[in-house]
This record gives sequence, C-alpha cells and structure tokens, in this order.
Amino acid sequence: MSLITTLARMEAVRDGRARPVATVRHRHLSDRPLVFVPLTTAGEAGAPLGALVGTDRDAPRLLVVPQPRNRDLRFAFLAELAEETLPYLDSYADAVDLEERKETDPETGKKVPVQVELCADAPQLLVPSAAGVAFVRLLGRSMRFRRTADQDPDTPYPAPARVPLLGRWLTHYGERSRVPGSSLLLSLTELLGRHWATGQSNLEDQHLGSLLAWIDPPAGVTGPEAALRAESARDAGGQLLCPPAGPATDPAFDNKLLAPAIARYDAARAEVGGGVAGGEARLRLAENGLRELIASQLRPTWDALWHGVDLLRELPPGERVAERWKRDRWSFTGHRDRVRAGEPPQPKRDDAVTAAQKLAARETAQAQLEAQEALDDPLVMAGRRLAGEAFAGEVTEVEMAWSEAKVPRPRPLVTVVTEDRPQLAEQVKLYRVMADGRTQTGEFAGAHAPGALVVRLTGGMGRGKTPEPGSVPEPGDRTCWTLFEHAPRGGPELPDAESTPWTHGGPPEAVMPGPAPDPVTEEDYL
Amino acid sequence: MDARALAALAANPGCRRRALLDGAGIDKGALARALGSPASFGQSQFAIQRGHSFEARVTADRGEALVRLLHERLRDGSPAPAPGGVDAPDLTAAGPQGRTARTALALREATAAGRWAVLDHPMVSLDVAGSPAFLEPDAIVVHPDGSWSVVEIKSFPMVDGSADPAKVGAAARQSAVYALALEQVAARVGELKPDGEPGPDGGGAARTARVRHQVLLVCPKDFSNLPTAELVDVRKQLSVTRRQLTRLTRIEDIAAALPEGTTFDLRLADDGRTATRPVDELTDAVDAVDAAYAPECLAACELAVHCRARSRGAGAVESLGRGVRGELGGLTTVEAVLAAALETDAGPTGDPAVDALRRAAALRAEALAAPGAAVCR
Repeated sequence: MSLITTLARMEAVRDGRARPVATVRHRHLSDRPLVFVPLTTAGEAGAPLGALVGTDRDAPRLLVVPQPRNRDLRFAFLAELAEETLPYLDSYADAVDLEERKETDPETGKKVPVQVELCADAPQLLVPSAAGVAFVRLLGRSMRFRRTADQDPDTPYPAPARVPLLGRWLTHYGERSRVPGSSLLLSLTELLGRHWATGQSNLEDQHLGSLLAWIDPPAGVTGPEAALRAESARDAGGQLLCPPAGPATDPAFDNKLLAPAIARYDAARAEVGGGVAGGEARLRLAENGLRELIASQLRPTWDALWHGVDLLRELPPGERVAERWKRDRWSFTGHRDRVRAGEPPQPKRDDAVTAAQKLAARETAQAQLEAQEALDDPLVMAGRRLAGEAFAGEVTEVEMAWSEAKVPRPRPLVTVVTEDRPQLAEQVKLYRVMADGRTQTGEFAGAHAPGALVVRLTGGMGRGKTPEPGSVPEPGDRTCWTLFEHAPRGGPELPDAESTPWTHGGPPEAVMPGPAPDPVTEEDYL
Repeated sequence: MDARALAALAANPGCRRRALLDGAGIDKGALARALGSPASFGQSQFAIQRGHSFEARVTADRGEALVRLLHERLRDGSPAPAPGGVDAPDLTAAGPQGRTARTALALREATAAGRWAVLDHPMVSLDVAGSPAFLEPDAIVVHPDGSWSVVEIKSFPMVDGSADPAKVGAAARQSAVYALALEQVAARVGELKPDGEPGPDGGGAARTARVRHQVLLVCPKDFSNLPTAELVDVRKQLSVTRRQLTRLTRIEDIAAALPEGTTFDLRLADDGRTATRPVDELTDAVDAVDAAYAPECLAACELAVHCRARSRGAGAVESLGRGVRGELGGLTTVEAVLAAALETDAGPTGDPAVDALRRAAALRAEALAAPGAAVCR
C-alpha cells in the first residue's frame, strides 16, 4: 500500500466514511452487465447451492439446487444457468466491426494486412467478491470436460446440452480476469476497493457489505458503525442480518435453517418415491421453502452489488479505459472464433509455451495498466510523483538547441521548476503527453538549481529543422514528465511450440490427445 | 489446546495476550462472548459431514489405500506394499494419557517390525508451557525403514493437482505441530532401543526411528470423492513452530508481570454458560496483558473482534494492516499521522517519515482539489 493510500485510509478513519483514491473510473462498466451471485455448498467442491443471475436488477432469475448431492438436480441447475447465460453471451457475438490486422502470409512469409472481425461490444460478467471470481473458474473447470449424450452416447452420466459450452466460456472469463486491467469478469469488492479507501484493512474490505457501508453508509450512521452491523449483526434467531456475499454461506444459516429444510425436502422426496399420498404436495412445499430460504441469502447481496454499480457509474470513465476494453473485445472475439471453429476445451494445464505467453502478456498488461491509470488520473499520478517516478511543474525557460548530426535536429532545453523529487540520473528517458494526445520523449539534462530540472526534448517535434508549432512547451506552461513509458511493449516473441527450449521441457512429444473427461463414480458426493 | 491453536500461535508470535490465554487453557470463545464481541467462528454441518465421510473412505481398508497413495508419491523405487502387508495396530486405551502411551508403544513395535503400518487416529502429546497438550493426527504411517510420516486428510479439493494455497498452508502448519510432537516420541523410542528387546526379526536395532519432514496431504481429487495425495514439505513450519513453542515457555514471565489477583474467571452461572462477571472487570483483566492485533487475527483468533475494537479505539495504525506501520516511522496512531501530515506551514523536520507524509498529503490535496481537470500535460 502506498503512502498516499495509507493516508486516504486514515482520512477515512477520521471522517467515518470512505475517501476516494481515484478521480475517474479505471475499469469499463457495461451498460448491460450480467450479474451472477452464486452460493455453494459448504465442503463440497463445485456443488452449487443456488444463484441469482440476470441483467435486470429488478428481475433476477433464481436458480436453486434443493439437494446439492443429487447429480441430476445439479445438472438441472447448470442447464438453467446455461439457458440464462449463453443467450446473453451470444447476443454480443454477431454485431461486429471490421478491423485491419497484419498477418503472416503462409506462402510468401510476408506480413499482409487482412480484414478481421472484432465484436462491437463484449458481454461483461459481474460477481460480488474475489471468491466469486474463483467460483466462476471452478464452475468452468467442472463443466468444460463433461460430455453430453450427443457427443458421446456411451458416457455414463451425460451432461445436459450446452453445459460443456458454458464451462468453456466461464473458463475463458475466469482466465481473462487474471489479466491486469481486464474487465470481462469483475468482482465488485475489487472494483470498489480500487476507487475508495475505507478506514479498515484490505482483508476486511473483502466483505462487500462492510465495504459498501464505508463508502455509502445509510443516513445518520457512520461508516464504521454500518460496517460493523453489516459484518456481524444477528437477529434473534442468530442469523446474520447481512448475509455473506458468498459463495460460502454462513455456518449458522447452514446448521439452523438450511439443513432442516434440506431434510424436509429429502423426506418428501422419499415419500414421493414410496408413493405416499400427498407426497407431491409436500415436495412442492419443501422445494418452495428452500427456494425462499436461499433467495433470502442471495437477494441482499444482489441489491448490494447493484448499489455498488450505481456508485461506480457516477464516476467518469478514464480516458484510456476504452482502449483496454477493446483488448477485452479482442479476447471475447478470439474465444468466439475458437468455439465456432470447433476447437476442444481449454486444457487442464497449459503447455510451456502457452504458459510463458500468458505470463508475458500479463506482465505487459500490468505495465500498461500502471502507466495508463497514472495518465488518466491525477490522484494516481500523485502517487507516482511521490514515489519519484514522475514530476510536474511549471516551465520557466526554453532554450533552443540542435543536435550535432549532419542534419541538425531540434533538441530544445526546457527548464521545469518542481517540488517533486524524481529519481533522475543524467540521460534518463522522460515522457509527457502533448496537447494532441501524442507522447513526447525527452531526456534529463541536469539541474540548474535544486528543483529546477532541465529536460532536453528528443521527439514529437516533427521532421523539420524547426519544431512544429505547439510541440515545444512555453514558459508558464505546466508540464508533467514521467520516468516510465506511456505504452510499454512486451518482450520479444516466444518460439513456436515445436521449438520449445529444453529448459521448458523441450518440444511436446506428440500431438496431445484431447482432454479426457473427469472420471465419474456411481455417487460423486462424500 | 489442539494443533490448530498451536499453529495459529506461530502466526502471531508477538501476541502476549494470546500466548497467556492459550497457555492457561482459557476458552477464548466463551471469554469473547462474555466481553460482548463474539467471533463468528463455526463450521457448517455439511462441511463436517463431508470431512468425516471422506476420512472414513480414505482409511476404510485398514489403511492399505493410504499406504499405496504414500508409496506412489514417494517415487523412491521401493517395492510396493503387498496386499495384506500393512499392519494396523489397535490403539484403543482409556484416557488421553493411556492413548498416548499406547500410541508410543505401537510406534515402537511397528518401527521394530520393519513393515508398513498405519496408525489410525493415534494420540501424541506435546509439552506446551510446562503442561502436556494432547494432539490427534489423522494418521501416522510407519515405513519399513523405520521412518514415520504424518498424514493429514482434508476435504478441500485438489483440482488438477493444485489446491487452495491458503488451505494447504494451514494444513502444513497443523501437520508441523504433529511432526514436532512425533519427534519427541521418536527421541524417546530411540533412547529405549539399546536396552529394549530387538524386534521379532532381530533387526530392530538397525532401524532408528525418525520423523520424515514431508507430510502426506490427502484430498478429494477434482470434483470426485476419490482420494489423491501430495507430499508437502513442512521443514519451515516445523522450525517456526519449534521456535514459537520455546518462546511460549516464557508465559510465566508474562503472568508474573500481571497485577496481583488478575483472573479470567467468567464466574459462570449454574447453567455453566452464562457469565456473571461484570464486563468492565473482565475487560480490565484482558487489557492487563498486551495484544498484538493485526487484521489477520480475525481469521485465527476468537478474541480478535474485541482486540480490534480496542486497537481502533486507541487509533493504532496496525488496525489498517500489518504493513502500514513500516512507512510511518515513530508515528503509531492515526491521530498522530494525520496531525503530522496536515501541518503545512512548518519547514522540513528532518524526520524522513514526517516529511514524506507531508509531501503525500500535499500531493493528494492538490490532485483532489481539481477533480476532472485535465491531467497536466
């Protein structure tokens, strides 16, 4: 945590409510996000208990697994989830823009421009917390290797159609969420935590209810009081007033309410199985009871999540957010193409080359995100200035100078007076954003006096002997120079899979067989 | 005190309050309830059921499946255990002392026998601050070479060979406590060796009892109920716990510094649950010994909610996170930090922490004063 954030947290302690740590919104927010609030069964991996899902805040769809140990009921849940989610994803797949991209021609080996499709917008998935993101990944993993009866008639427990497809999409979204700055799958706690500092620790901020209580406490209550209430207030029956944002449920809820309700459901089901008169009605009753119970745990989180979305929408988006969202659109389009091309599901483990590529891409994305957030937001830039990675100040003097090449180029010397203390050495490269949005490069050329730094401009002035008008700052202008690049690029390209070096296991021996489905057992619960 | 509690102590070694209360065997949950800040620790019965049934499944065939899993993971080229080649000694005895003695005896015999053996739910004791704590590992496997492995059975899944790192870490810390207790047993068994009778095949003296520093973590595989396992190296956790336990012996010193007559007695009413001691009196008793609160405590200590309230009340900067303190030099309270940061007219103080804070406050104020203004070009 930087000193500026620490300070913001302390201001929040003093004021009794959260303080901003960003002046603009640093992530893309869709106009029509798909919100997914899942609950899972304690102790069972990938056994969902229920979920609220939908794009309409007033009409979420409630999905419930009345007996999480029953495979058929779980499959029914996943089928319903697919029914709700896949049409939403598909609705973005066909509206495309055409983009020009350079591709290597396989015959000539030359780079030639080709027209490729880029989806005009991409679907966005919102979950309450970081644990929700992990659950999306887990659900994706549990579904994508399932076989349907169409794919393999001999498969012992066929999954409903489209469930494996949903698994692949959720896997893609889960994987994409690990790329810094990406916005296809976002958790609200992370989003809110990026823009506000509360008077509590990062760990406590993982609780959506308590985080929101700090940011927007109810009238007449201070942030810490509201947060404490959200965290631990219980009713007379010992139930939390603000249920956890999941996917894990509160143990007191499990033991006191859920377990008896599931037992009633099981008993009614046994009665129906045994042909007891009136069993059907009791089963319906038990199922409705369970639905209400699970909805009571989900609905507060659903409302809190939308409340958070409202708060975030009040912030203006950062200038470069759309640029990052475009990369998300590429990611969505790429996966759409892989699905359409009939490629197999993502492997359980990445091979060496894919893993190295993903890592490199994430490192580049991290560097770009850090640079872009600073350029978009003076408050983030303030942090970089404090860290000595940037400086801002007024231009006091401009001295024209030229390089000593055969064709002399303009190399004006600009003196900037600043109170910042950047970590500079002779000839350190410097960057600034010009009025037209382009980046101008410069280098540090010494200091006249403490706080009067001289920058030699090295670029952005056109091709002529005299700089283009407006490309050289004038005395009285305020400029902000950074020591980091504005558009950092990744490293060199990685070798093809066939030339994987021995350090990374060497070339893969043969074509990998398609992923094997997970082994299934007669009963798959414990 | 169980292995979890002992392991949690190692996570926050500086907390004298926890060391004293744990060392004295005080029920911190009841204490927290009496103080009016109960912790919300609890386990869902679904998770408990699943844990029990998975454990039962893993150890169902007298531990043969367990030994097979362990042997597969060892990859040391030793012959696989033959069917029926695994001993499962009976460990039933009366009382914890009896079970501990029975376990030590069974370990000695199994070590001497030179065969695979699985001890299901043995009991070992560990000296904590002068009094024995009885611990019950899930299982111990004795190898034919006389070495012992701790087995920890957990019901969180291992998906594609990897599990939740936080949970694996907790399991490793817990296993390290068992391994530590076993080392003490191994030392005693080793001492007995010279004058003890040799094993039935006469080769008992050649095998020295030792505890392996890799524990076997058994978890459900992917989304099934089939067990899979990985070896986890616990040397680091072992040394941390060992050091922590030696520090624990200083509980007498902590106790000696307390005011005369300090007690954590809740004065339970006749129902054995309701505390009748006035909250103020109890709070004073608890406050008599220092705590080292950090937000991490919330996940590990029943008293954390109380300590948090006290820490926030005092304005301690640690309540915002353990790392916060590092940049603030000698400033320990939120009030002091804000006062130092907002003092604008004074010149440089020479205290780097204070100067950095003022700079940060000025930069933050500047950026917030002009929201929406174009970022300076």
